[in-house]
Amino acid sequence: MSTQVKTQPQTITVKRSGRPLTTWGPPLLVLAGILAIWFVISALLGDRDFLLPPPNEVLTQAFFNPSTMGDILQSLGRTATVALTGLAVAIVIGVLWAVAMSQARWVERSLFPYAVVLQCIPILALVPLIGFWFGFDFFARTIVCVMIALFPMVSNTLFGLQSVDIGQRELFQLQKAGRWTVLVKLQFPAALPAIFAGMRISAGLAVVGAIVGDFFFRRGSPGIGSLIGNYQSRVQGAELFAAIITASLFGVLIFAIFGWIGKRAVGKWYDFGSS
Amino acid sequence: MPHMTISATTTHLLNFQDVAMTFPDGTTALSGVDLTVNRGEFVTVVGPSGCGKSTLLRIASGLETASEGTVELDTDRIGYVFQDATLLPWRNVTANVELLAELNGVPRKERADKARKAIDLVGLGGFEKNLPKTLSGGMRMRTSLARSLTLDPELFLFDEPFGALDEITRERLNDELIKLFTEQQFAGLFITHSVSEAVYLSTKVIVMSGRPGRIVDTFEVPFPMPRDPDIRFTPEFAALVGDVSHALREGHS
Ligand SMILES: Nc1ncnc2c1ncn2[C@@H]1O[C@H](COP(=O)(O)OP(=O)(O)O)[C@@H](O)[C@H]1O
Ligand SMILES: [Mg+2]
Repeated sequence: MSTQVKTQPQTITVKRSGRPLTTWGPPLLVLAGILAIWFVISALLGDRDFLLPPPNEVLTQAFFNPSTMGDILQSLGRTATVALTGLAVAIVIGVLWAVAMSQARWVERSLFPYAVVLQCIPILALVPLIGFWFGFDFFARTIVCVMIALFPMVSNTLFGLQSVDIGQRELFQLQKAGRWTVLVKLQFPAALPAIFAGMRISAGLAVVGAIVGDFFFRRGSPGIGSLIGNYQSRVQGAELFAAIITASLFGVLIFAIFGWIGKRAVGKWYDFGSS
Repeated sequence: MPHMTISATTTHLLNFQDVAMTFPDGTTALSGVDLTVNRGEFVTVVGPSGCGKSTLLRIASGLETASEGTVELDTDRIGYVFQDATLLPWRNVTANVELLAELNGVPRKERADKARKAIDLVGLGGFEKNLPKTLSGGMRMRTSLARSLTLDPELFLFDEPFGALDEITRERLNDELIKLFTEQQFAGLFITHSVSEAVYLSTKVIVMSGRPGRIVDTFEVPFPMPRDPDIRFTPEFAALVGDVSHALREGHS
């Protein structure tokens, strides 16, 4: 004979509202405001409006110009390759670094300060040196990218691994689970939301890092950073703004993609909150 | 010298002799505790909060080592239900129930069978694929119970498992626990701060004093198992609840 419950326990369904107007309305209003101010300022600048060409000029002269857009997208492609490579390396190193630190206090004490140092280094000052040490092409750019994107991966992963509930830990301890089992079956899954949040931040930083990299390292095939530099020195305002906007949109896109990946991976059991 | 032995000859499952616990920071949580849990017994401990009840269970389970006295344990099949259900939020009910068997290296098919049986026993059939966040507090606690049941425990430790649940759910789970106790043949050591829950569930009620926790009184509960839910309304039940409450108040002051 077995015990049976006849009652139907209630379940809680988790739902999120997604009305398009409330989601997209406010940021679109802000965008309209920004465009209006932009118009006004470039009108006030008069014949010095190469400093800030009006939005319609940026559209017609640059965005609608196939050869300019071709240049911009091609160099963005190169920058994206560097950014994604740097991000991948930062994710791998960051997770391994954090896992190592999570295994023993003394490892954490010895290694964490360097993660902080890494974040505090004035990277811009180091970039020329990196060029001298590692050359001025893909490899050096990737290194810059990794240095900029690494810290959020290290700190978020470590935080996630250490945030495991003490009761869950003791549950494993009672079954005499080994270190590896605890890491794989408890700490790592528990850390996934923090890891994905870190990835999202690192992804944005990797794009910034790649652009900074090719801003400095013009050798080899130019990325969007060097293209921006060129437009700047040739005072091509519309092209300059088009390149900056494209690069920013790419950053936003990467940020959004990683947010989506995170939600797909752990959103079922973890609530990231809105955004 | 504190020590823990696993012997196969004694009649009791768990035996504390003169157990004391002083934490490194100097807090003395238990002092001079003698306690025995025999096979077939369901022992409940009541005591003011902070008196060392959780510490008692933690010592019995081996999570903590007593600083003085002797602890004898006659089984290695121990179920432990925490106050919080401690489910892994990324695992569904089945995967959570399978966890302990998985950690003990039970082969996949065998642990799936165990999990299915345990899920039926606690009445969670139909919710196998649910994630913890979609379950009510009572269902989470059932999942936690089922998880420990897969170990076929001989000794079941409960640390205020129903303390956070509403009255109705709590009473229902009390009845189910009694059924499990009579059918599955484990011995229980149950912590609660509810005197009537203690009397209703157990064959023996132990009353502890305030910190450092000592045992101030022990009551045998004469009502037959499985319990008839209506005994709660009998004068005998009320009288025993009164006696335990009285001892609790005495020990507290
Ligand atoms: N690891 C610890 N270090 C120091 N003091 C502790 C520790 N664990 C529990 N205590 C203290 O021991 C006392 C008893 O705790 P506990 O057994 O949790 O009480 P109860 O479960 O009866 O409420 C409390 O005063 C608590 O603060
Ligand atoms: Mg407690």
